[in-house]
Amino acid sequence: MTTGGTTGGPLIRLRGVFKVYGSGDSEVRALDGVDLTIERGEFVAVMGPSGSGKSTCMNVLGCLDRPTEGAYYFRGVNLAGTTLDKLALIRRHYLGFVFQGFNLLARTTALENVELPLVYRGLPASERRKLAIKALADVGLQGRELHTPAELSGGQQQRVAIARAMVTDPSLLLADEPTGNLDSSRKLEIMQLLRTLNQERDITIVVVTHERDVANFASRTVTFRDGRIEKDERGAAA
Amino acid sequence: MFASTLVMALREIRRNMLRSVLTTLGIVIGVGAVIMLVTLGQGATEKVTADVAKMGVNMLTVVPGAERRGGASVGAAALTIEDARAIKNQLPSVATVAPSAGRGMLVVYANQNWSTTVTGATNDYFTVRDLKLDAGRVFNEIESQGGTPACILGPTVQKHLFGQQEPLGAALRVGQIACRVIGVTQAKGQNTFGMDQDDFVIIPLATFQRRILGSHDVGAISLSATSDAAIPKVKEQLALLMRERRKLPVGAPDDFSVRDMKEISDTLSSVTGALTALLGAVAAVSLVVGGIGIMNIMLVSVTERTREIGIRLAIGARAHEVLLQFLVEAVMLSLFGGIIGMVLGLAGSYAAGRALNFPFRVMPEIVVIAFAFSFVVGVAFGFFPARRAARLNPIDALRHE
Ligand SMILES: Nc1ncnc2c1ncn2[C@@H]1O[C@H](COP(=O)(O)OP(=O)(O)OP(=O)(O)O)[C@@H](O)[C@H]1O
Ligand SMILES: [Mg+2]
Repeated sequence: MTTGGTTGGPLIRLRGVFKVYGSGDSEVRALDGVDLTIERGEFVAVMGPSGSGKSTCMNVLGCLDRPTEGAYYFRGVNLAGTTLDKLALIRRHYLGFVFQGFNLLARTTALENVELPLVYRGLPASERRKLAIKALADVGLQGRELHTPAELSGGQQQRVAIARAMVTDPSLLLADEPTGNLDSSRKLEIMQLLRTLNQERDITIVVVTHERDVANFASRTVTFRDGRIEKDERGAAA
Repeated sequence: MFASTLVMALREIRRNMLRSVLTTLGIVIGVGAVIMLVTLGQGATEKVTADVAKMGVNMLTVVPGAERRGGASVGAAALTIEDARAIKNQLPSVATVAPSAGRGMLVVYANQNWSTTVTGATNDYFTVRDLKLDAGRVFNEIESQGGTPACILGPTVQKHLFGQQEPLGAALRVGQIACRVIGVTQAKGQNTFGMDQDDFVIIPLATFQRRILGSHDVGAISLSATSDAAIPKVKEQLALLMRERRKLPVGAPDDFSVRDMKEISDTLSSVTGALTALLGAVAAVSLVVGGIGIMNIMLVSVTERTREIGIRLAIGARAHEVLLQFLVEAVMLSLFGGIIGMVLGLAGSYAAGRALNFPFRVMPEIVVIAFAFSFVVGVAFGFFPARRAARLNPIDALRHE
């Protein structure tokens, strides 16, 4: 594709990544030298206290933001110096993102929100509709297709956002606290859904969470502290 | 891709109905006001020009008394029928001479009466004043010499005294004179100053002098020159002749004045020109106000738009695709507003022109300018905030507040 990526090797490699906000006395190192490798097909949970740099790291991984310093290899290609337009194409073809604050289009139906990434992929309308309806059903929102975000609960909006992120069958799905607004049974449902996506569709998944039981769905847990990776534990998927 | 961009732009317009309507309204007001005001101004100018032409452009009028601001002077000797004859016989470039005298009087028919201007005039008066008959005839030989009293009505008098009845042949009482109606003139409507030009009764000058005035005086002598170009010369010769006839010593000021329709016409044209310029300025202001309205709406919605652009970028839109969508949206709203404004402006000026009796004269260049200006404003303010947002990192666009 446009990135000229390889098929072998890890999906993600961060090498000495810094993200610095401000300068001088008010300088904040949101990422302070992060090295991280994620293989294809992994299901990674990211944990850590508030302000430790989890979201910042996710934004870098999601090509929404660029590191101040360091290298980001995505599918073996270093993205340093890549144009905004190329990054957009990477997002379009390989990435799905679930935001901490949903980021759905206001006054737009759930169906249209979920269809939107497919529009930019150039799918015909009938196919878009079919896939979007299916994705909404997968997150348990059948019958809510024509509701706008204002007519949905926080948990339902979260699920629309998840449906939008997975409808394109991305190589990498990044979710920043996707279960933050859900009750525990919904939470388990969503995590089970993510695990199914991971196991059956071979989608690499990175999930930020504060909760141990949510992290237990993952095959690996990375813990951040003060912009650095403090712990990186493998195994013990429930 | 373009088709889906079009669909998306349409969807955006519908989704942000209020914003869309307000933007369109700004453009409608800008374009509409400019077109309407300038078109009306143009119509007014043409109307004035045409009115002056109706009064007779190559016409001169001599009246007694020096020209003076704020009313006629007193004590100047009246003009006489002999003055008129002398002008006719001695000035070569004069085509027609029409002495006349007038007075406000009550005219009565059956149980109806109407206060109007009664003018004593010869048949030449109709030529010089460009008065045409709608019905009937002008005075015959006997009537002209003061025989059987006859009169010709202006349409206003006819309407008030006769309504639907046939006026020709009816007996009308003009002061103490009973006279037969022999004609009705064509309507001229109001003049530039809003005066009814159809409110008069004309009787033969001889009858007027004998039965009403009791003298051989005339109030004014109107004359037409053989051509427009001859007017300055005629004016000069006329002044000399009148000074001679009135035996004014060298150096004494004129005790009469010569009114030149062309002068009046030129003055009026410059006045209406100023009027058009003024309307144009008002129109320009409304264009700017409309533009500022659009600007405001767009700037107020910048936060929302920036976040939306961030969302679209985050899920895989390329900057130029998002921009194309916003451009299409802005172009559609501006075009739509421009067309509505144009239609309303033209319809409004047509209707107002009808009501005010102005001709409908569209100035295509103004239509184009108004349209282009609003279009540029609408597109620029829809497009440039979007362009700035689309050049950000998606995360910065998403965090915009
Ligand atoms: N745009 C920004 N400008 C300045 N500082 C920022 C910005 N974004 C994040 N930071 C800072 O970077 C640090 C890391 O923030 P980040 O959002 O990555 O934390 P987090 O781990 O996601 O926290 P939480 O669990 O509360 O979401 C914080 O100290 C934050 O204040
Ligand atoms: Mg966070």
